[in-house]
Amino acid sequence: MSAAPATVIGVREVGSSLGDDMRAVRMIWKRELIRFTRNKVRMITSLAQPIIYLFILGTGLSQLIPGGTKIDYRTFIFPGVLGMTVLFTAIFSALSIVWDREFGFLREMLVAPVRRSALVLGKCLGGATVATFQGAVMLIFCGLVHVPYSPTLLLTLVAEMALLAFMLTAFGTVIAARMAQVETFQVVMNFIVLPMFFLSGAVFPLDRLPRWLAALTKIDPMTYAIDPMRRAVFDHVDIPPRLAHTLNPGITWAGHRLPVGLELAVVAALGVAMLAAAVVQFSRPE
Amino acid sequence: MVQVAGRDVGASGGSAAPVIEAVDLTKRYGDLEAVKSVSFAVEPGETYGFLGPNGAGKSTTISMLCTLVRPSGGRATVAGFDVVRQRTEVRRQIGLVFQDTTLDDYLTAAENLRFHAELYRVPKSELGDRLRQVMDMVGLWERRGSIVKTFSGGMKRRLEIARGLLHSPRVLFLDEPTVGLDPQTRSHIWGYINELKRRESITMFLTTHYMDEAEHCDRIAIMDNGELVVVDTPEALKRSVGRDRVSIKTDDDQAALGVLTERFDLEPTISEGAITFFVAHGEQFVPRLFAEPDITINSVHVARPTLDDVFMAYTGRTIRDAEASGAERNRANPWMRSGGRR
Repeated sequence: MSAAPATVIGVREVGSSLGDDMRAVRMIWKRELIRFTRNKVRMITSLAQPIIYLFILGTGLSQLIPGGTKIDYRTFIFPGVLGMTVLFTAIFSALSIVWDREFGFLREMLVAPVRRSALVLGKCLGGATVATFQGAVMLIFCGLVHVPYSPTLLLTLVAEMALLAFMLTAFGTVIAARMAQVETFQVVMNFIVLPMFFLSGAVFPLDRLPRWLAALTKIDPMTYAIDPMRRAVFDHVDIPPRLAHTLNPGITWAGHRLPVGLELAVVAALGVAMLAAAVVQFSRPE
Repeated sequence: MVQVAGRDVGASGGSAAPVIEAVDLTKRYGDLEAVKSVSFAVEPGETYGFLGPNGAGKSTTISMLCTLVRPSGGRATVAGFDVVRQRTEVRRQIGLVFQDTTLDDYLTAAENLRFHAELYRVPKSELGDRLRQVMDMVGLWERRGSIVKTFSGGMKRRLEIARGLLHSPRVLFLDEPTVGLDPQTRSHIWGYINELKRRESITMFLTTHYMDEAEHCDRIAIMDNGELVVVDTPEALKRSVGRDRVSIKTDDDQAALGVLTERFDLEPTISEGAITFFVAHGEQFVPRLFAEPDITINSVHVARPTLDDVFMAYTGRTIRDAEASGAERNRANPWMRSGGRR
């Protein structure tokens, strides 16, 4: 064009190279972290709920368990509470898209000359990082619930939480794409998040459940992350094998118990599928 | 001479290719035709304003040019790129300032701009200088470290203008840039926009329903009911009305109305206690009116036509009447907040 004003920084004809998309991914990720660390109230309140479950519900319900049992109920629900921390933080992160829409920043992102997949990936990685961090903070309570601070255990749990966090943020992003109003938030909490939490085996063993309930637990994606986390914890505490099996019977498909690797592969596959679904949702023409 | 929209497009100017060109651009929402086969061309460096009441189709037009809304018919190019087939290229060439703020309230002013630079791929080596340049221009450099939430409405709009310029776009689109701001802040914003015009010689395309703001534009396109009614410079438009606005206050309005209608064949209206009418050569007309025995005149006010009068002359109603009748008629903007489907 002949009339480019002198002050204009030269027009950059950039093909959508991977490096350029990575700048956008990193920006969205970084924004997520900044917003999280600046909101101290959220950092603390999002830990309140898991702490209440672990120490109030956990201590109260442990009275129902016969005295001879060799395991603290709080040890049992600890992996579930870690999952809960990740669940709530990840979903909250993802649903902040709805606030972004309400307050306009989503538009700034959507009108940018950037691939939608880069925006969605940045969002999911950001939410996953924040949720994993919150989950990792909960690990300081290991000692209070008779779980050893074993480095291998802690690393395993953090890795499993990161996988779960990514899957859940991607899942939340799919929901957020369809959510028009902030008011719908409560509906999502009551009809999606709480059922996911309770059906995952976080607070009760998935053993000898009525058939309908057992079926529901198997379609809950969280189940596939709670089981590996509980197995990791049980591997590091002193518990008789029979009791371990009763409390953590694992997930069976057609009578076969799934190995940990396969369970985690299910979570990872769901994460990728949700990510793809979220990209499709946000790529639809306006 | 007044150039009627729909014809002569692209013929004006001559030398440089237009930065924005629309040909028969149309948008339909179901049965409603929000923008009806609109054609126009914007020259490089020009400040081009769409003036019209709310619901006239201004925002829909700007949204099509910015690739946010897909046209139902016709075509448009921005900086030489087609707004449908080359969306990403168009987006790289434009800066956007919307009616509603799109800043992140929880980030600092500088963070908002830095994130914008990442999305628009401003080279890192140029970012520092450019950041200071645009923030200085809108007088916010000192506040770069403040959280945006603490900013007033006017400061936010200034920051958005700075952000819209950060990646050195060819065209800056401003959709109702001063809506919702108080008069003093509005005039400040215009100070910045005029300064920008002087310094960056950037092409600006804006919409407004404030007549006084349209005066700042090099050319104005008056839009009503989804159609471009007329396009020209503010001066030429006012000249084209050819008549002055005369307001008089009298002891007996009914008698005066009768005289004006019957003897002078005018179309007077009464509003706010004064009789107003349009007549060629107002100053020369007034003495003739004083000579009329049936009218006792208490005060006289003769004014050159305003853009209000221009709007009236071309559409047959005032912009306020148009807003009252057509209010929110076709704000079928998919970017509307709550309730908007994604």
